[in-house]
Amino acid sequence: MISKFQIAYQNLLRKKARTSLTLIGITLSSWVLVSLLGFNRGYENALDHDIDNMGYQLMVMAKGCPYEAATMMLQGGAGLRYIEQSMVDSIVNRPEVDEVTPILMQAFFDPDKGDGGGIAGYYGIELASYPGMKPFLRFHQGGWFRDEKAAEAVMGYEAAELEQRVVGDMILVPEKNVQLKVVGILERTGTQDDGTIFVPLKTLQQISGIDQITTIGIKIKTDADSTKLETALYQLPDVQVVSFTQVKQTIMKLISTARIMVLSIAIIAVLIAMVGVVNTILMSVLERTQEIGILKTMGAMPGDIFRLVWTETLILCSCGAIAGIALAFVFARISDLLMRSVLPYAPVGELVAIDLKLALLTLVTIVGVGLASGIYPAWKAGRVRPLDSIRSEG
Amino acid sequence: MTTQNDISLGARGLTRVYRRGSEEIRALDGVSLQIRRGEFVSFMGPSGSGKTTLVNLLGCLDNPTEGELDLAGKSIFGAGRILPERELTKVRREVFGYIFQNFYLIPTLTVRENVALPLAFYRKPGAEGEVERLLRLLGMGHRMNHLPGQISGGEMQRVAIARALVNRPEILLADEPTGNLDTKRSGEIGEVLQDLNKNAGLTVVMVSHNPTLARLGGRLVEMRDGRAYES
Repeated sequence: MISKFQIAYQNLLRKKARTSLTLIGITLSSWVLVSLLGFNRGYENALDHDIDNMGYQLMVMAKGCPYEAATMMLQGGAGLRYIEQSMVDSIVNRPEVDEVTPILMQAFFDPDKGDGGGIAGYYGIELASYPGMKPFLRFHQGGWFRDEKAAEAVMGYEAAELEQRVVGDMILVPEKNVQLKVVGILERTGTQDDGTIFVPLKTLQQISGIDQITTIGIKIKTDADSTKLETALYQLPDVQVVSFTQVKQTIMKLISTARIMVLSIAIIAVLIAMVGVVNTILMSVLERTQEIGILKTMGAMPGDIFRLVWTETLILCSCGAIAGIALAFVFARISDLLMRSVLPYAPVGELVAIDLKLALLTLVTIVGVGLASGIYPAWKAGRVRPLDSIRSEG
Repeated sequence: MTTQNDISLGARGLTRVYRRGSEEIRALDGVSLQIRRGEFVSFMGPSGSGKTTLVNLLGCLDNPTEGELDLAGKSIFGAGRILPERELTKVRREVFGYIFQNFYLIPTLTVRENVALPLAFYRKPGAEGEVERLLRLLGMGHRMNHLPGQISGGEMQRVAIARALVNRPEILLADEPTGNLDTKRSGEIGEVLQDLNKNAGLTVVMVSHNPTLARLGGRLVEMRDGRAYES
């Protein structure tokens, strides 16, 4: 025996080219939709991950554009201005503060890096405080420096991989002609730390000839009032306070406009695909007016015909949506690279994060919109009278 | 003596008027007739004589403008009562099987699936086994898995007949069933209809331009200007 589902499926096969084109339209719109929803989630997760792995929630730095400085820090670049290291002492004793760590960021031009040279970023950190703030850092090889003045370096996983370094190698600080011994290589963290070279703070101050620092990282106590601390820190002369919560909000605001635009394009793509569905199903109904009339002489009720045509819409939309979701999963990495190439700041990690929940949401959206699009053709088909088919007979 | 139970269809003063702008076209003009259970009735007449309009009304495919129609003693149309499409569908699927000049087989379904098609919408008890039995009865047992495009016009009409009979109707309505067939195939289809009438006791109501085919029925009704004349 034949079921209504089989009849609907066979009907779609009758115009293979038209059905295929409609399917391609739905597939593309589903792909775009799930990828963009995945980007929304992935970007936020990656940014959260980046910020959480900073190890501290507040940064104090010299006055300037705080967000630019924060972005440069996130990207491993250098700060703009310097502050006195003595400022650490005035912050560390505040009741809200759990720990503080002074950081000096320096960038040197390395003529051997990439094509035509590039910037090599160094992080001067305090052995006594920095590792304690980032207990999640694990070593692939070796360990931290022997002391605060050692001519040693710890390399992030990617930095070591890029320069093909192992523990015991000597690296040359460009411009300064100073050699540092690699004593540790970190495991991959999926953050900016992977591309960083860590040096003892005092060593980097000595190499660069600067006895100041660029940043103070502050870890706030769990139950402390961070707003109160921020207000107090603003009283310090010539400093800017950057909260990573604010940084995150600002970055999300910056990309939200682009996100809305891209989501609008996705919605338009879905709507265009659905116009294709209406067109395909309506054409199919009009072409089959006589046949639908004959089905009614066989005993099909208006509701049967409505469901039959709706099933065709359901098959088209489900297959298209599933194909689009599958493509989005398969090409997630390429979508990730494309997004990175157009974004001003892209956090480390998976930018396009598609999971089963998002896939189901996309499937339900596409099928839901598709079924709504199919109502008119299905209703029109249900209204065909048997007499219409006989009257229009040759 | 004819009893009420012997009568399949009873029409009294059936009239159908169509409007084209301000013009009234009286396609059928007060036709009265009775068709008994197991009869083979043929309607002949020139184009526009009202034969298809009459068969459409007898087959509950259309509502009359005036007149009454009884089906096995039960009133279908009468005293201004018009059945909605849903009710007409219920009557149609219980009582009638239809075949037309065009076969309307679905090209992507096999012969077997085309015959089983009505069962997807409505299934009389015991109808499941009818598909193969009918195809064999109509000499199509060897073509069950073929697609319509792979069989001849005469075979397609046999498939259409099997499809019309799968839900075991009481009355088979055939509107120009051989209109698309050559003389040889027309003769074969005529024989099939005659066999179904004589051996299966099926009531057959047929419209045909073909005098040879029309005379196969035991009763010939001639249509002229919307009226029925019996010889």
